[in-house]
Amino acid sequence: MTTVAATAHRTPAHHDDRSFIRKYIFSTDHKIIGIQFLFVSLFFLLVGGLLAMQMRWQLGFPGKPMPGGGILPETMAPGGVILPEYYIQLVTMHGTFMVFFAIMPLLVGVFANFLIPLKIGTHDMAFPRINMWSFWSFFAAGLVMLSSLFVPDGAARAGWTMYAPLSARHDYSGASFGQELWSVSIILVGLSSILGSLNYITTIINNRAPGMTWFRLPLSVWSLFITAILGLLALPVLSGAAIMLLFDQIIGTHFFDPAAGGQALLWQHLFWFFGHPEVYILILPAMGMVSDIISNGSRKPIFGYHSMVFAIVAIAFLGWIVWGHHMFVSGMNPTLGSSFMVSTLVIAVPSAVKVFNWMGTMWRGNIRFHVPMLHAVAFVAMFAIGGLSGIFMAATPVDMQIHDTYFIVAHLHYVLFGGSLFALFGAIVYWYPKMFGRMMSEPWGKVHFWLTFIFYNCTFFPMHITGMAGEMRRLYDPNQYTFLQPYQPMRVFISISAFLLFATQLIFFVNFWWSLFKGKKASQNPWHDNGLEWSLPSPAPHGNWETVPTVYRGPYEFSSPQAAEDYLPQYIKLPTDREPARAPVAGH
Amino acid sequence: MTHAAATVDQMLPPYPAERGLDVYNKKLGMWVFLASEVMFFAALIGTYVILRFGATGEWAKPGIVLNIKITAFNTFLLICSSVSMVKAYAAIQDGDPKKMRFWLLMTILGGATFVGIQVYEYIHLVEHGFVPSGVREGSELAELVAKGTLPAATMGLYGSTFFTMTGFHGFHVTCGVISMTYLYLTKALPGKYSKQDYGGIETVGLYWHFVDLVWIILFTIVYLI
Repeated sequence: MTTVAATAHRTPAHHDDRSFIRKYIFSTDHKIIGIQFLFVSLFFLLVGGLLAMQMRWQLGFPGKPMPGGGILPETMAPGGVILPEYYIQLVTMHGTFMVFFAIMPLLVGVFANFLIPLKIGTHDMAFPRINMWSFWSFFAAGLVMLSSLFVPDGAARAGWTMYAPLSARHDYSGASFGQELWSVSIILVGLSSILGSLNYITTIINNRAPGMTWFRLPLSVWSLFITAILGLLALPVLSGAAIMLLFDQIIGTHFFDPAAGGQALLWQHLFWFFGHPEVYILILPAMGMVSDIISNGSRKPIFGYHSMVFAIVAIAFLGWIVWGHHMFVSGMNPTLGSSFMVSTLVIAVPSAVKVFNWMGTMWRGNIRFHVPMLHAVAFVAMFAIGGLSGIFMAATPVDMQIHDTYFIVAHLHYVLFGGSLFALFGAIVYWYPKMFGRMMSEPWGKVHFWLTFIFYNCTFFPMHITGMAGEMRRLYDPNQYTFLQPYQPMRVFISISAFLLFATQLIFFVNFWWSLFKGKKASQNPWHDNGLEWSLPSPAPHGNWETVPTVYRGPYEFSSPQAAEDYLPQYIKLPTDREPARAPVAGH
Repeated sequence: MTHAAATVDQMLPPYPAERGLDVYNKKLGMWVFLASEVMFFAALIGTYVILRFGATGEWAKPGIVLNIKITAFNTFLLICSSVSMVKAYAAIQDGDPKKMRFWLLMTILGGATFVGIQVYEYIHLVEHGFVPSGVREGSELAELVAKGTLPAATMGLYGSTFFTMTGFHGFHVTCGVISMTYLYLTKALPGKYSKQDYGGIETVGLYWHFVDLVWIILFTIVYLI
């Protein structure tokens, strides 16, 4: 074992005689796997967006034929008019694709794979082959989920949370095969995440470069490490729940069917026991990468590095004991509800610590508003709004009023789109040169950012208002209620903003693909950053370093008086720096 | 600690690195994986506890549907296979690959027999009318339900939880047997394990003890109480 591992790791970086298939398809290289995740999950992001556009058409212009809707079969949209049973599929699959196949793999699949070995200074993941399996089981899960859109009964129809017994009984939901494919796909996603997480955790613990102590890790790596722990412990619960759901659907067990003695609420508990840590899986890596970008863009060390780390840990810990706040109106014991309320409100503290630290970092900094920085600043602002609306629904009495309304939809999009997705756009632009060796276009990046920022707010902010007015989420046609009819102009405004928001994303896609072939060649360290990955040529070669670099300081030494430039990379040895103690050779 | 020195080579990364946990990657990876497995079985067992103790009716008394004696023997067998796993591990630590091969083979046989007996048990249960959805109509067990020996209201939950929990445990045992057979054929037989390098044996051993431990819990809560 030891000798094989040793030769694999000592393969010189320039010597690469792998076949095309081993190099780009069934690759075990963490960077290629990250890029595979990137392409596939960007595709699913597009799919999720297309589904959302159809929903917005129905809400803005109910009963009118959708442009291009003629290609949909009679069972979905006869004459282009969306049917209620198709609408609920759109709702379900939009949520499922965005959470499990777009945001989560973009954050964890792409950036954990790509960044962890590069930032901690190692040649590859601890288990490259398991890493490959992680990607391919994700890919299989994606195909299964995608195929469920095309089966005769249509896709799953119980919302992305798959509340039982609607999801467990085919005669309730009206979908059979699509519902089963959903469960199978989620089991595979769970497997993929578990395999990925155990890899990330082992790699970060054991394979850091000499001198890369725990408190010299970049915050992106810290957040990915904590996220991996969340994923490792939360996803198996979802897999277990999905397996039981699948058994209810295909072999006639009665876990979630109250008619036969099962418990419908049990599904909610299992789902949200996974689901709330999942919420932090979807935001913590974004927070980490934003911390890196903001420190870089402000040319200042991150404000309160240690408190940032402890805030991540605190959020992750609290994330385990708050799942009941998704279930305030489910008939839960009110005493239990108030304990969930308190634990949820406590999360505001570490979250606020992070927001203040980001602002403290920018305060009096020599700010460079490059595209990643713009996205990172937008992240902070939008996350603050999303976080504040989160306080509303954490309070049980307020939640009773706004539960399952568009207020929730607005909140979750402020943290998932305004939060995670802005951070992702920033991170993709930021590490694009290290992935592909070229820069994305700066002017078009700025156009994309500003249009996205404007249309995004036009789309999601009014949802707070319609939500407060009582508009329920997942409603096929709100106009069926008289009290919601006056808000129709607002829904039209939201829909048109959403279409423009979607159209704006085409700028990003074109920029992405154009830069891949025609973009400006990237220098080794285009952002003047301190991380270890910038000691490598762009794109980073197979095996990363011939000998891993030695680390002499933390990752945020910007504007240091010790350096002539305004940045001081982790791998530069100053005359005053001491060599780090190597791992002691026990027993020799 | 005569064995400590032998693990040294494996504990060190093959290139300079910051000090980690002083546990080699494979072993650490397995521990991390087992943490995830704990959560998986916690979901299944937690479901069982909630369904059983939240049920409105009585739960079936132990020993009526399930045959405790055969499964008790099976439990004994699985515990023995854990012991033989330890013997294999100790043998290779002492640098005795022959003895290691013998004990590894015993472990594989123990695990395979366990799965075999479980399959036999399942076939018989289904014959008697015990299925994942509860009790099959017109079967032997359906008569017991009609007589009131078995509670009609909770038999569906009994079947659901029994087959899911023991089935997934059986699946894990099968995976273990396959992995050990793979290691036996590709590593142990060609003599690739030595006093300095036995990571595969130790790692698969960890997994095997975990699966054994889960079974002791399952046997207690599903068969005995």
